[in-house]
Amino acid sequence: YLFVQVENVRLLDRVSSRKAALGTLYLTATHVIFVENASETRKETWVLHSQISSIEKQATTATGCPLLIRCKNFQVIQLVIPQERDCHDIYISLIRLARPVKYEELYCFSFNPKLDKEERERGWKLVDLSAEYNRMGIPNNYWQISDVNRDYGVCDSYPTEVYVPKSATAHIIVGSSKFRSRRRFPALSYYYKDNNASICRSSQPLSGFSARCLEDEQMLQAIRKANPGSDFLYVVDTRPKLNAMANRAAGKGYENEDNYSNIKFQFIGIENIHVMRSSLQKMLEVCELKSPSMSDFLWGLENSGWLKHIKAIMDAGIFIAKAVAEEGVSVLVHCSDGWDRTAQVCSVASLLLDPYYRTMKGFMVLIEKDWVSFGHKFNHRYGNLDGDPKEISPVIDQFIECVWQLMEQFPCAFEFNERFLIHVQHHIYSCQFGNFLCNSQKERRELKVQERTYSLWAHLWKNCADYLNPLYRSDHSQTQGTLRPQIAPCNFLYKFWSGMYNRFEKGLHPRQSVTDYLMAVKEETQQLEEELEVLGERLASLQKVQLNDNKVKSKQQDQHKELGRSTFNISLANTPQEYNNGLKSFPSRSPSQGDEEDSALILTQDNLKSSDPDLSVNSDQESGVEDLSCRSPSVGGCLPSEDSGKDSDEAVFLAV
Amino acid sequence: MEFAELIKTPRVDNVVLHRPFYPAVEGTLCLTGHHLILSSRRQDDAEELWLLHSNIDSIEKRFVGSLGTIIIKCKDLRIIQLDIPGMEECLNIASSIEALSTLDSVTLMYPFFYRPMFEVVEDGWRSFLPEQEFELLSSLTDEWRLSCINKEFSVCPSYPAVVIVPKSIDDEALRKVALFRHGSRFPVLSYYHKKNGMVMMRSSQPLTGTNGRRCKEDEKLINATLRAGKRGYIIDTRSLNVAQQARAKGGGFEQEAHYPQWRRIHKSIERFNILQESLIKLVEACNDQSHNMDRWLSKLEASNWLTHIKEILTAACLAAQCIDREGASVLVHGTEGTDSTLQVTSLAQIILDPRCRTIRGFESLVVREWLQAGHPFQQRCAQSAYSNSKQKWEAPVFLLFLDCVWQILRQFPCSFEFNEHFLIMLFEHAYASQFGTFLGNNESERSKLKLQQKTMSLWSWVNRPQELNKYKNPLFEANSLVIWPSVAPQSLQLWEGVFLRWNRSSKFLDEAYEEMVTLIEYNKQLKAKVNALRRQLAELETDDRMQENP
Repeated sequence: YLFVQVENVRLLDRVSSRKAALGTLYLTATHVIFVENASETRKETWVLHSQISSIEKQATTATGCPLLIRCKNFQVIQLVIPQERDCHDIYISLIRLARPVKYEELYCFSFNPKLDKEERERGWKLVDLSAEYNRMGIPNNYWQISDVNRDYGVCDSYPTEVYVPKSATAHIIVGSSKFRSRRRFPALSYYYKDNNASICRSSQPLSGFSARCLEDEQMLQAIRKANPGSDFLYVVDTRPKLNAMANRAAGKGYENEDNYSNIKFQFIGIENIHVMRSSLQKMLEVCELKSPSMSDFLWGLENSGWLKHIKAIMDAGIFIAKAVAEEGVSVLVHCSDGWDRTAQVCSVASLLLDPYYRTMKGFMVLIEKDWVSFGHKFNHRYGNLDGDPKEISPVIDQFIECVWQLMEQFPCAFEFNERFLIHVQHHIYSCQFGNFLCNSQKERRELKVQERTYSLWAHLWKNCADYLNPLYRSDHSQTQGTLRPQIAPCNFLYKFWSGMYNRFEKGLHPRQSVTDYLMAVKEETQQLEEELEVLGERLASLQKVQLNDNKVKSKQQDQHKELGRSTFNISLANTPQEYNNGLKSFPSRSPSQGDEEDSALILTQDNLKSSDPDLSVNSDQESGVEDLSCRSPSVGGCLPSEDSGKDSDEAVFLAV
Repeated sequence: MEFAELIKTPRVDNVVLHRPFYPAVEGTLCLTGHHLILSSRRQDDAEELWLLHSNIDSIEKRFVGSLGTIIIKCKDLRIIQLDIPGMEECLNIASSIEALSTLDSVTLMYPFFYRPMFEVVEDGWRSFLPEQEFELLSSLTDEWRLSCINKEFSVCPSYPAVVIVPKSIDDEALRKVALFRHGSRFPVLSYYHKKNGMVMMRSSQPLTGTNGRRCKEDEKLINATLRAGKRGYIIDTRSLNVAQQARAKGGGFEQEAHYPQWRRIHKSIERFNILQESLIKLVEACNDQSHNMDRWLSKLEASNWLTHIKEILTAACLAAQCIDREGASVLVHGTEGTDSTLQVTSLAQIILDPRCRTIRGFESLVVREWLQAGHPFQQRCAQSAYSNSKQKWEAPVFLLFLDCVWQILRQFPCSFEFNEHFLIMLFEHAYASQFGTFLGNNESERSKLKLQQKTMSLWSWVNRPQELNKYKNPLFEANSLVIWPSVAPQSLQLWEGVFLRWNRSSKFLDEAYEEMVTLIEYNKQLKAKVNALRRQLAELETDDRMQENP
């Protein structure tokens, strides 16, 4: 193990530069760990190397050498290291550690949750795709499983098991695959059993300006015919028209409506990975601004274009879901390679169409189906191994945000809560579990990922109580059938997700969580139901006993505990922010007395130390995920009467 | 004047009403002195629209052939469309609505005609009296007194008849201070922080003028609120620049030379037409039907509405911080002391005082810090976002306050006894109401209008249990702490309940709210059952023991 330890390092607070924690910095083979000196808390901040997206060494100042670490889960850590040399060493080490070159260096190969082999195997079996296609009603009269790709012989980025129309022979499939980028031929993503309409996916055709492929045309016809109720097929190209046209010059492009019988071709302009990467970058710059004005923030958000892109993805998903559910028309979706935008759009459409994907289990299945199995390039997109920075792009982050935007519009429709989405995002980058390793199923099998690592889904499933949406009810109207988001006007429906992009700045979030409150209520309700039953039985037996004039003394006096939500204390101590911008303007003085320097009053929060565990980034060492729970420690049902608690969060009044 | 003279056509058949998210309804349109009523002829589910004329902000008319269309834009921001067959009918209806919605005389307003159909349990006009407030204060401190100096509204026309002032300052001194303050609004007590005995006072600007006039009594008055050796803060809700410019017009600010124990902080909060224009732009952005995401954000930004929210909240938080964290007393004023001053003093109390987060306490706050404190509701709320008459005195000052409360409520969803609907209800009634509560510009005007005798108080209606239930927050758990909201842009959001209320379907959000209520209600029922069973068991067991050990 590489092990570095540096003392007297300061961890700066992003919001208030005057708040800093003194502590020790450790570098292990897998984590950067900062432990505060303050004896009563010893607060720890853990950062996995795989989460690090950039490290910046800034100019040395009198107080030390600042090091800025930006993480893929949107945590930003500012350290000040006393010695320039230590700082340099750490910088160099981190650069190396954050960019592993071999999969074996990733955390999942050393992470050991102390499960036995059987448990691990069961974990991997939690999500079973062939069972999922069965659930959809496949195979049936129109669709079948094909073994044409059993040795990844046709397409190395596709799974071995692909579902295709029954009438599509191996000849047609192979022929079609030769006419598609990276041989990603049209295959089934989702089948809507109510009306036989389906969503299929592929890459772009190699049509150039005039090329044709009979087998590809037959393939599309087979897809259309697998939906006998409809006489045409939508082909949705999720790229902007200009991009698609430019591809023609490279011998790629899009389907010519004249060559394919009965297709309706449609562009839905979603920008490419490079635009998305830079959009996120711009938005994160806005999130990082120190005390921005409202205009800075809104202008920056608009300028990043991020929400516009989210809306474009949603619009595409909504279009497809509508075509399938309302028009009963099948849809073939593609972009260029069919592994980014296509994955986003297919999964958004599936989520809208099928309530199963809005359950916790179903959501896991959806990610396995549309992203993992169909060769979304997790390694390239999320930079797990050192690679081309131009391949990195927040493709699945955008999908996860689409789900959150839908959760905001349909609060009862999802079985899981925001925390679940945040943790899934975290683990896509953490490399703590094997699910998202590599770029394809083929690579994962070669690496024997399932034998050597653990599955995230089992880990999340085990803790599912933390991830439940208390408003979800399987018999609620929002959990039935298709979700129909409002279409126009709807710009205002898409909102900035501070829970994700300012995830680690707890001070910015609502200080009381409705979700946690309702979860506690539900938990208590369950206890009450149990107790009610016990009490009922006791009462019945006691009455019977009394009736028989047979007096038995009750042994269960101890049952008389106080009713109350012992696990949950909603009231919390919080602290004021800096409501007066910067020291310079405070206090303002009348111009007549401008020179009375010594009389400056300074409102500081220097020895602000929170007693609230929520304010700290408490690391769950096992998972590397900070504890998002909003529950304060039990105070035995009685609320603290004052918030001051002098020792803790007092703002200091340095008078005169 | 007879309303009948203004109603040229009292009734038109076959009128079609269009509203977003509802199917069109055909029915009969009737105009009365105060209402526009549309009732569908279908008996099964007779759909009706009752719209107060005073709620109408502006109307537009259009014609296609002989079919006329009137678009009615309301002060509560809703827009409805009426298709009226017949050009003459349409013109008549339009001009009648125009006349009826812009009546000059207050005494012609609906509250003077409204006859309540409910039993008045508690007269809202007597629910929140300054004397009661003073009684509460007296139990905590004896440093203050109730002064009747303004009994006939003769000293300060915009103050209530009685005010709370430092005990050591007599009425004679108050008279002198009144002459030194804009509109005679001398410093009075706004809030007493019982945790540390610090206070918040409010006033208008001092009339120092360019030659730095001073007033010994004024200095003495505000110093009387300081403990020995303590300092206080003066929060001026204008930028230093604006405050300096005010001197040229006879106004000004407290010179530190004359108020050495006070530190002045300038926090700029916008006023009047700037706020009104902001509201107009915001509502325009919300009603924009285009699909362009960028346009929405830049319009939202350009409206500056959220900037105002941030400024107001920041100033209020600062005032609260000075009182609670710095242990200092605070005096808040801007120019007149009737707008931004009240936003700051009332929001600071919501942050500091758990009582203000209850329904009753919030009502009391609105009465104390807005109605009695002389916020000119009639002027400010005369028109809303669709008005074309751009009068200088119209401004959504109260709406901004309610929006700020909503922002805090959103950040502390379990700390308020009331819910969002309560705030929306107050917004509606401030602009158009059957109740007299928000009529007039100050207590003096209300007294002359004899509102107490001639109109019903909003509080008489709201505070009945059946009505109150609608406004109770199911998540409420009394939180005795000071609540410090975040004022970062990421933490402030558009108040959809008001601004998108008519532009988006709230069906799914309403369902979620109901689900939440159901969860909590069921929990409460179970608790009651379990407690009852426990008691029953305990009794049985005691009986047992008594029989065992006689």
